[in-house]
Amino acid sequence: MIRVQTDNFDISSEIATLTAGRKDIGALVTFTGLVRDLNDGDRVSTLELEHYPGMTEKELTRIEAEAHARWALRASLIIHRVGRLEPGDNIVLVITASAHREDAFKAAEFLMDYLKTRAPFWKRESDGATEKWVDARDSDDLAAKRWDD
Amino acid sequence: MKVLYFGSLRDMVGVSEEDIDLPEGLSDLHSLIVWMRSRNDDFAAAFESLVFLRAAIDQEHAPFEASIIGAREIAFFPPVTGG
Repeated sequence: MIRVQTDNFDISSEIATLTAGRKDIGALVTFTGLVRDLNDGDRVSTLELEHYPGMTEKELTRIEAEAHARWALRASLIIHRVGRLEPGDNIVLVITASAHREDAFKAAEFLMDYLKTRAPFWKRESDGATEKWVDARDSDDLAAKRWDD
Repeated sequence: MKVLYFGSLRDMVGVSEEDIDLPEGLSDLHSLIVWMRSRNDDFAAAFESLVFLRAAIDQEHAPFEASIIGAREIAFFPPVTGG
């Protein structure tokens, strides 16, 4: 399941919804990405997340399906926020559930690596005076490439 | 054809979305990019380097050699920075 939303998310209630009535899940991994107040040495007071409506949902769905094809997942959830965020706010939530921990751990890492390099989101940060677009990181490309084999 | 621009690229070209009647003979993204450069100075600057340019055809990532024949929607944007 994937969701793109401006609202915050509550991790506990998302886990409860995802696992309701399930007795086949032995491992559940959650990853939460948050807004930091310092990026590449620059102070961040607000972060604006723009996306490509339509493609974002399709791309997240493709990435999620790819994770299910590679690992024995019993359930998964990706939530990505858009709009204006502040340091300390949640940006992204990934939950993966499987029978055993290895599938859930690996799939969660894969989902984040792929999401960072393929999902059409763009960050613009402000220090209160000036705004600038955040540059993509080579380290994110490298992290995504390790799943290529 | 509907063409969309996102992120810093949109700021450079000054438009987020437009309907374009493409000239004859444009068959792939690369030829479209070359045409974009000829439109005006802003487009020339925005489409000058391919290093920081990405594209999607009908809401799917596409390499520059991909055909645009029959495409309904094309988007140009810088490398993504979500997550």
